[in-house]
Amino acid sequence: MSNVALPGRRGASEHGLFAILRHARYILGENAVTAFAFALFMLIVLAALIGPYVVPYDPLASDTAAALKPPSLAHWCGTDQLGRDVLSRVIVAARLDLMIAVASVALVFLMGGLAGVAAGFFGGWTDRIVGRIADTIMAFPLFVLAMGIVAALGNAVQNIVLATAIVNFPLYARVARAEANVLREAGFVHAARLCGNGEARILLGHVLPNIMPIMVVQMSLTMGYAILNAAGLSFIGLGVRPPTAEWGIMVAEGAAFMVSGEWWIALFPGAALMIAVFCFNLLGDGLRDIVDPRRRT
Amino acid sequence: MLSLIVKRVAAAVPSLIGVVIVTFLLTRALPGDPAAYFAGPAATAEAIEQVRVKLGLDQPLYVQFVRYVGDLARGDLGNSLTTGQPVGQELRSRLPASAELTLLGLLVSVAIAVPLGILAATRPNSLVDHACRAISTAGVSLPVFFTGLVLIYVFYYLLGWAPAPLGRLDVFFSPPAQVTGFYLIDSTLDGNGEVFLASLKQLILPALTLGIFSLAPIARMTRASMLAALASDFVRTARASGLSPFTVVVTYAFRNAMLPVITTLGMVFSFLLGANVLVEKVFAWPGIGSFAVEALIASDFAPLQGFVLTMAIMYVALNLAIDILYGVIDPRVRIEA
Repeated sequence: MSNVALPGRRGASEHGLFAILRHARYILGENAVTAFAFALFMLIVLAALIGPYVVPYDPLASDTAAALKPPSLAHWCGTDQLGRDVLSRVIVAARLDLMIAVASVALVFLMGGLAGVAAGFFGGWTDRIVGRIADTIMAFPLFVLAMGIVAALGNAVQNIVLATAIVNFPLYARVARAEANVLREAGFVHAARLCGNGEARILLGHVLPNIMPIMVVQMSLTMGYAILNAAGLSFIGLGVRPPTAEWGIMVAEGAAFMVSGEWWIALFPGAALMIAVFCFNLLGDGLRDIVDPRRRT
Repeated sequence: MLSLIVKRVAAAVPSLIGVVIVTFLLTRALPGDPAAYFAGPAATAEAIEQVRVKLGLDQPLYVQFVRYVGDLARGDLGNSLTTGQPVGQELRSRLPASAELTLLGLLVSVAIAVPLGILAATRPNSLVDHACRAISTAGVSLPVFFTGLVLIYVFYYLLGWAPAPLGRLDVFFSPPAQVTGFYLIDSTLDGNGEVFLASLKQLILPALTLGIFSLAPIARMTRASMLAALASDFVRTARASGLSPFTVVVTYAFRNAMLPVITTLGMVFSFLLGANVLVEKVFAWPGIGSFAVEALIASDFAPLQGFVLTMAIMYVALNLAIDILYGVIDPRVRIEA
């Protein structure tokens, strides 16, 4: 790209950014639900960032004298079977849960996004191979495949991230492929090629940035699913191990006490999980309205 | 019609081959030495070597794969480490429990979601419409194991309406004579009303849990495709011809709106089969999901592999059935084939 073109392009993108921000403010103002989801999202991020420093109790410290106490002034969300403070554990767990979700979404964006863009852009064999891989993954019930992957690769948090990324691969690959397939005949792609850019450079420098908005929406929409998937895996005993504070495993620990009436152990982490997923789903819908209003339902 | 079925079956074959390859690769991806793994923790070096030869792990990968496919063709899924029982037999005996639960869950969700979606589409922006959107967004956000626990707390602990969440039948009853393996059907065949009621009571909460989880995509799709159908020319013509609103909505619009809904069922089944595992754990349901979870805890890989394979094959078969059903409902698909 020549230097002469740069100022104009930057100006256009600033204008674009400004327009998006103004549009976003409009959407947030019009759509109270999205604004609410955004506030919730900030709250979760805040809990993940500063949670461990502000919680009233050590999330791992057990106090058998205070075990299984219902919510009170000292323990707002009660204590679990080992006397650990449920509220502190729920807040501290936000970081791990969010990190698993963000890591798996980032990973699947790299794998699925790139594979999909390449498939749509190059077509032919690349397209067939990527399509075949996506079809094979889609032939499994996704959670079951994730179980199998974690069980085979070893029971560890990074394998939960990997498994969640793999089961989301087809979604990303398909969206990226469809978008890239349209863009490969676009005028700016031909122009870039005429300027002597290599295919890889056109793919990464010209096509990929143009499908980013759609991919960001996709990431936001699948974030909730990633959290649910990871929590589900740790609920059945995969990945995160006790005594680590994580929402799925905390619900699993509280499950046995639900039948005897100690509801608070499972309820609060379960509610946190629900709120997080709900927030990401709403946010994803809101983002999609900003980026791609036609797909609004 | 026949050519359509043949074509669809042929299209399902690559999926099936992919599934078999992936489940094969999963075993080979086991960390460490699979032979040491299958021989168990207390095995000596000699025993490990014996297992290696017995499992054919000393052979090259493609020979192992051929052997694996051969075993599969004979229905041999290996033996469980912990119980020593053949995995295939165990899965077969537990499959009806899972199938009964999953199908009832689907029935519950269709029974709620389809009318809800139709109502929402016929009255856009009304209270029903907003309720439909709220329920479907909340439904996908609820972790399925959490919904199950809340239902147990409310209906078992607080209200005492539901029986203890411990399996398919209260211990006081003996299961009906096995015909289909579905307790509801078998007890009806026996004419045993008590057992029917007892097993229905056990089924309601887990089926409701699955239903709540899976109703969101069905309700959304029903609403969207009903909106499109109601806006079409043929519905306007039907209305103008003076047909009753019920006939217009159900006979004209809904029959045409059904197709996308049936397509979504494929995705719904993917969710349901996965959620099934979690629900079975919560309700101590003796199905293949809890079998897999037990195997997971014991690091017993053969049952898990058998489970993943069974689930995947069922899912491919379900998608095939949906495809064929699609052809039955929509004549255009048949003509294209």
